[in-house]
Amino acid sequence: MPATPQLTDPAEPLLENYRPLPGVSDELLDANGQVRPVWRDFIDYFARMGPQEVAERFARGDQYLRDAGVFFRQYGQSGSTERAWPLNHVPVLIHDSEWKTICEGLIQRADLLDAVAADLYGENHLVAQGHLPASLVGMSPEWLRPMVGIKPRSGHYLHFMAFEIGRGPGGQWWVLGDRVQAPSGAGFALENRVATARVFADYYADANIRRLAGFFRSFKESLEGLRSDETSPVGILTPGRLNDTYFEHAYIARYLGFMLLEGEDLTVENGEVMVRTITGLRPVSVLWRRIDAAYADPLELDETSRLGTPGLVQSVRQGNLDVVNALGAGVLETRAFLAFMPRICQALRGEPLKLPNIATWWCGQTPEREYVRANAANMMLSSALSTHMPFDAAGGAVPGSRFRTEAGAAFDHVLDTEGPMLVGQETVTLSTTPAHIDGQLVPRPMSLRVFLARTPNGWEVMPGGYARIGGSKDAGAIAMQRGGSVADMWVVSDKPVPVETMLPSPASPYVRAQLAVLPTRAADNLYWMGRYVERAEGMMRLMRAWHTRLAETEHPQSSLLTHAGTALELMGADPTLPAADVLGGVLASAMTSASQVRDRFSVDGWTALNDLSTRAGETLANVAPGDPMVRALNVLLRKITGFTGLVDDNMYRSTAWRFLSIGRSLERAMAMASQLAWFAEPGAPDGSLDFVVEAGDSAQSHRRLFAVTASRNTVVDILACDALNPRSMLFQLGEIKDHVNFLPGAQAHGHMSGLARAALSLHAGLAVRTPELLDAVDLLQMRSELAALSDLLTATYLR
Amino acid sequence: MLYDISMRLVASYDPPANDGRYVVCMAPADLPGRQRAITSLLTVDPRPIERSDRTDFFGNAVVEVAFKSAHAEIAFAIRSRVDRTMPPAGPDISPPLSQLAEDIAVNRSLAPSSPHHFLAASPRVRLAPEFLDYARLNAGLGEGVAPGVTVRAIVEALGAAIHRDMTYDVGATSVDTRPEEAFAARHGVCQDYSHIMIAGLRSIGIPAGYVSGFLRTLPPPGQPRLEGADAMHAWVRAWCGASAGWWEYDPTNAVPAGDSHIVVAYGRDYGDVAPVRGVLRSSGTQDTKDAVDVVPVDA
Repeated sequence: MPATPQLTDPAEPLLENYRPLPGVSDELLDANGQVRPVWRDFIDYFARMGPQEVAERFARGDQYLRDAGVFFRQYGQSGSTERAWPLNHVPVLIHDSEWKTICEGLIQRADLLDAVAADLYGENHLVAQGHLPASLVGMSPEWLRPMVGIKPRSGHYLHFMAFEIGRGPGGQWWVLGDRVQAPSGAGFALENRVATARVFADYYADANIRRLAGFFRSFKESLEGLRSDETSPVGILTPGRLNDTYFEHAYIARYLGFMLLEGEDLTVENGEVMVRTITGLRPVSVLWRRIDAAYADPLELDETSRLGTPGLVQSVRQGNLDVVNALGAGVLETRAFLAFMPRICQALRGEPLKLPNIATWWCGQTPEREYVRANAANMMLSSALSTHMPFDAAGGAVPGSRFRTEAGAAFDHVLDTEGPMLVGQETVTLSTTPAHIDGQLVPRPMSLRVFLARTPNGWEVMPGGYARIGGSKDAGAIAMQRGGSVADMWVVSDKPVPVETMLPSPASPYVRAQLAVLPTRAADNLYWMGRYVERAEGMMRLMRAWHTRLAETEHPQSSLLTHAGTALELMGADPTLPAADVLGGVLASAMTSASQVRDRFSVDGWTALNDLSTRAGETLANVAPGDPMVRALNVLLRKITGFTGLVDDNMYRSTAWRFLSIGRSLERAMAMASQLAWFAEPGAPDGSLDFVVEAGDSAQSHRRLFAVTASRNTVVDILACDALNPRSMLFQLGEIKDHVNFLPGAQAHGHMSGLARAALSLHAGLAVRTPELLDAVDLLQMRSELAALSDLLTATYLR
Repeated sequence: MLYDISMRLVASYDPPANDGRYVVCMAPADLPGRQRAITSLLTVDPRPIERSDRTDFFGNAVVEVAFKSAHAEIAFAIRSRVDRTMPPAGPDISPPLSQLAEDIAVNRSLAPSSPHHFLAASPRVRLAPEFLDYARLNAGLGEGVAPGVTVRAIVEALGAAIHRDMTYDVGATSVDTRPEEAFAARHGVCQDYSHIMIAGLRSIGIPAGYVSGFLRTLPPPGQPRLEGADAMHAWVRAWCGASAGWWEYDPTNAVPAGDSHIVVAYGRDYGDVAPVRGVLRSSGTQDTKDAVDVVPVDA
């Protein structure tokens, strides 16, 4: 860029109203109001943009997030809603040298916590020597008694963790909380990075900003290194699609190439954990769990859990399974532990904490309780066991001052009777960082979540992080649920940084990737997703044909529309019911199936289906019958064919794709059998043949082939017997037969499987027939044989 | 006293369960000085495909079994010969309640018998406010009570009050009834009595745990038959300070546990010591029946 002489600071207009609060440190400006050196370059670059350009760039980042399907769930009184991802486009910048100090402190703390876990589930020296109160451990619901005495197979309790840190008024970093149970946010940090890098693409490429991919590659390789068998997958154990971080689980599974599993995908046999797959049980020896430990095994842990796998604990006990982090590690998140960490560090490591945690007083001890009583006005009070952030409203924390005034004498009573359940913590004054609001930068409080992964060479820290930014000046407004936002964090070096990718180093030999095994539940969901999507499309075509005729002056009580209306009703597409309800149900089923296999198809495919499902309601609401409805259905049909086009065009020809395709083919063939039996009946009213040809999307082909008006034989020929028409039953039966032959176990020692035999027999049975030999009874017979084929497929692969 | 004990517990499933994994805790415990399990035999029918023995956190012997084929019914049967010799209850050396907290605070142990496991709420025993109120009112903690009343006396008073206020009613509750519900209805069986007493004791700061076991079927001549002898029984143990230690009391019958009580397992609540724990993958209904016989052996 050409250097132009500058008399004034170019960033001045941008920072005109940027006024850090007195007594609060600010990331951007130093105590004298000067831009800190690490920000200078970026701020100058940002200041050169006009408002129009800023808006366009931000929109680019938001578009990326929408396309990637990143959203967050807002919980209100009437359930939850999906909201746009609240990215603060301006990242937080930290210099390499300062980052190094943070890393040293966090690595020390990670090692310390691993040692505490080893002691709490082993010798219990910390309790015996008085460094941790026995009663505090004893009352923690996360200290899992069945895990006592079990040493992890890997030798370590912690492999992946996160710390919440914040900067205090003196510029010092503090640890606000330890996250070891199932730390979330690493995937979101990655998405924030991609979005932010798009916003500032020209700057990001050449600035010395540390890249994130290397961290994920190390972690992936470390977990793979823990496997007892190199051909077995690493699993990510998720609570499922109803969890608010499920998106991240699916995202990270795709990014790392791990298998996304739910408790019911697993079973335990002789102490070994097995995945139920379409080819039978396959062992798994490493699970990165994203579910809380208590839910992992209903037999030995929380007996009410419906998310777990009975016998999982026994497998760990027998040394066949590594769970990351170890079951029971969640006890380390106990907030009252923060009060004891400085002493524990001295006791276990003979050195002070390099990075202090916020001062905490556990009210289960008399002197501490009295201290909190006397100083409550300057503290936050919260649950001793809760693991939420001190300023997070969901954690039930209240400012001591408010508690004091509102509760009055009750405050003393609560302290005296419930002391062990309470901690007092010093009130956190977080540093502020620039948020972009209404075209200006304003200071907002910020905390950082930093991620650490254990590798064979020790802990590696993700050189970036997940920054949370308050929605107002109040540090309490930091939670997303209360209007906070999130931001990327850049570690800026003075020197060029290495370019990192997820690809293995060039030195390693080329290995063609093995197709991952397909869990039974995933195959089942893909199959049904295929069926539901096809069912929705078929219903739309039938409804469009009906409304087209209604628009063409047919009276709703005409014999054709009555005949067709009954058929539609039988097929679940009753034209007299609100179309949004009729299609909403089947699309919702498709989405339910799809959302459980999100890791298995492309973001574009997901977006297309999600768009279809969410728009169907709006598009069809309050649309008049006849022509307006035809137009609305046209819009939706274009969308649904957009999705199926993506599947046909882009989806890898894996076994997963075959189950999806079999679902579509089977559904289409069954629907066509019903429709022909109904509309190509000798007694059907005039216009029925045209109706079914149109609903079967074959009007053009029919005209080209026959050049005569439709007769029963021409219609049955093109919709049932024509091997070249993708709308015909024969074509779909051929597809099913071919797919089934590619499924595992279709052939064994020269013999066909029962399923392959049934598929071939159905296909051959139709192939040798001509239209005149195919009446309604035959068609309905074929339909029930197709239903039996579906049952056989389910019995063979899907349970 | 020497006993022959037999118990048969049958679980039936409709529709049949496809597979299952269970933890069985039915064998009488070996407690040096108090109870000796001479022989114990657990049979499971149909025969499980996996079977392994281990000791759980609280020191109870458990057996884990697994099935991989469909089954409509499983029968668990235990036969055991036990010598129960309850030492005579000594003088009450437990401290007043005001000193118990100090005894607990100086205890630096997380061993299975440590009081620290038994003071907080546990999965099946929440410390609802009604239990605190009830315990205060009925355990000699009200107005005008002598300050020196001991922990053991409080335990006994609370147990007797529960016996007085509750109606023993086999049909009123199930194994999954919450103590709050049973207490509100003032009806229940030994499990409910015990959970209510545990909640009350913990609420006022006395560590309390759940004991599962058997009762002698027919009383010694001239004594009343004890309630709860027809199925597996449950009572309470309370920690009465560093010197007095654990003391067991049966609120269903308002007696201290004695020669007629045979211990199977110790835990925080029923969930820790249920005779058969296990989860079904199928969504059908599940029904269990048990039958118990505890007969003194003429030596």
